[in-house]
Amino acid sequence: MNFEANQVRLQSPGDRDVIRSLRVGDRVLLSGFIVTGRDLVHRMLARDLPDSVRPLLRNAFIYHCGPVAVRDGAGWRIVSAGPTTSMREEPYQAGILKEYGLLGVIGKGGMGRATSIALAETGGVYLHATGGAGSLLASRIVGVPDLRYLAEFGVPEAMWVFQVSDFPATVTMDSTGSSLHESVLELSRERLAALVGP
Amino acid sequence: MSATIPSVDEFVELLVVASSDLPDDVEAAIGRALLLSGGTAGCILSEMRDNSELARVRRQPVCQDTGIPYVLATGLGLDSSGRRDFKARLAEAIRICTSSGVLRPNAVDALTGVNPGDGIGEGIPQVHFEDEGCERATVDVLLKGGGSENVGCQYSLPDQSIGAGRDLEGIRRCIIDAAFRAQGLGCSPGILGVCVGGDRASGYEFAKRQLFRRLDHPSSGAFAALESELVDQINSLGIGPMGLGGSPTVLGVRIGSLARHPASFFVTVAYGCWALRRRRLLASPDGVWVVV
Repeated sequence: MNFEANQVRLQSPGDRDVIRSLRVGDRVLLSGFIVTGRDLVHRMLARDLPDSVRPLLRNAFIYHCGPVAVRDGAGWRIVSAGPTTSMREEPYQAGILKEYGLLGVIGKGGMGRATSIALAETGGVYLHATGGAGSLLASRIVGVPDLRYLAEFGVPEAMWVFQVSDFPATVTMDSTGSSLHESVLELSRERLAALVGP
Repeated sequence: MSATIPSVDEFVELLVVASSDLPDDVEAAIGRALLLSGGTAGCILSEMRDNSELARVRRQPVCQDTGIPYVLATGLGLDSSGRRDFKARLAEAIRICTSSGVLRPNAVDALTGVNPGDGIGEGIPQVHFEDEGCERATVDVLLKGGGSENVGCQYSLPDQSIGAGRDLEGIRRCIIDAAFRAQGLGCSPGILGVCVGGDRASGYEFAKRQLFRRLDHPSSGAFAALESELVDQINSLGIGPMGLGGSPTVLGVRIGSLARHPASFFVTVAYGCWALRRRRLLASPDGVWVVV
């Protein structure tokens, strides 16, 4: 079976019209620059509104990820870097998508209603990367051109800028407001009721 | 007679293999699932398989969330100074692995969130010593990520909200409900460790220990049929790999039981992600510890 078929190539930073044309279920290969952010980065972005990171985020993807990173000379080597659970950032994500002009979010597990509405308003998309596939996804990270907030937040929570090449993901929330996570939840709820009764 | 204590190097090797090389029964289960899947589920499962191979070859973490090391030392017969020595060597191995990119620094101050960066903290790693009824000395480690830990849960029966009474049917309802609530958030297809009975604390502990059991060694007795029945039923929910639909949703269910207080009936579920990282050090007769 050819799992690499029908994949859409995307750039970050990229063109919002291309992102708008994506639909739930599309498989994508992302290249360019993405910026990691977990709990501390999201709280900081929402509270402090730092101008210094705006150029990194404009028309780019934020990646919910806390990597395993090893110092390599003056720089860093990323040895494992899969997604973390996105839902923890739900309180902040909608505001951050709009405030910083993000193209979208990469994470796992999907996000809630507020993020879905913000993606529809901004023409953004949620890309689902495979949780646990840390080694495979790290192999698509070809450089670490920038790193912020390491001293303040530590390795897992710092803001890493990754240069990626053919980073694989699945569109699970699109700019029409459609969410694969919602439809799987509803389907499984019906099947649960059939199994154990309402 | 007491066994030797693993050296720092032997602990390092245990952690490297645990972090980078999935157990063969887990990889086989992913491989079997891949043969039966297409579409998005097939894509996800093939990434899981490719990732496992890459991590093993490169000796790099399968998953960036290397968890909090949970260690079970059995049959070593150590006195208090031996236990202190064991813990010191293990801590040193964790520091080495954290600086070399085998483990992520995952021990943060509970309140301030400050991360000292060496993977060691109050209560981390968790080490449990047990000496009764053991034929051979073993040291088991489980590296379980935060996402899967967060979706673990405990039911107190009767639980009217899911129609669960204090019987086998009630137990079944709890476990299906736990899998439904987790959706893909624990990194499905997961492995469910279940404890029936015990108290609030021992229930969670014993449920987690079920994750040390191999997928090809099901329970015997009362829980045997329930385990395989639950796999089929949970896989009919359509949650699928990473919660993106399809099948499988779980690779296995392992149930154990503890005696309970007459007033209490807990069913506790520990969610193990698909990347279940468990490994064992086994003492050989010549005093060398080998990772299996």
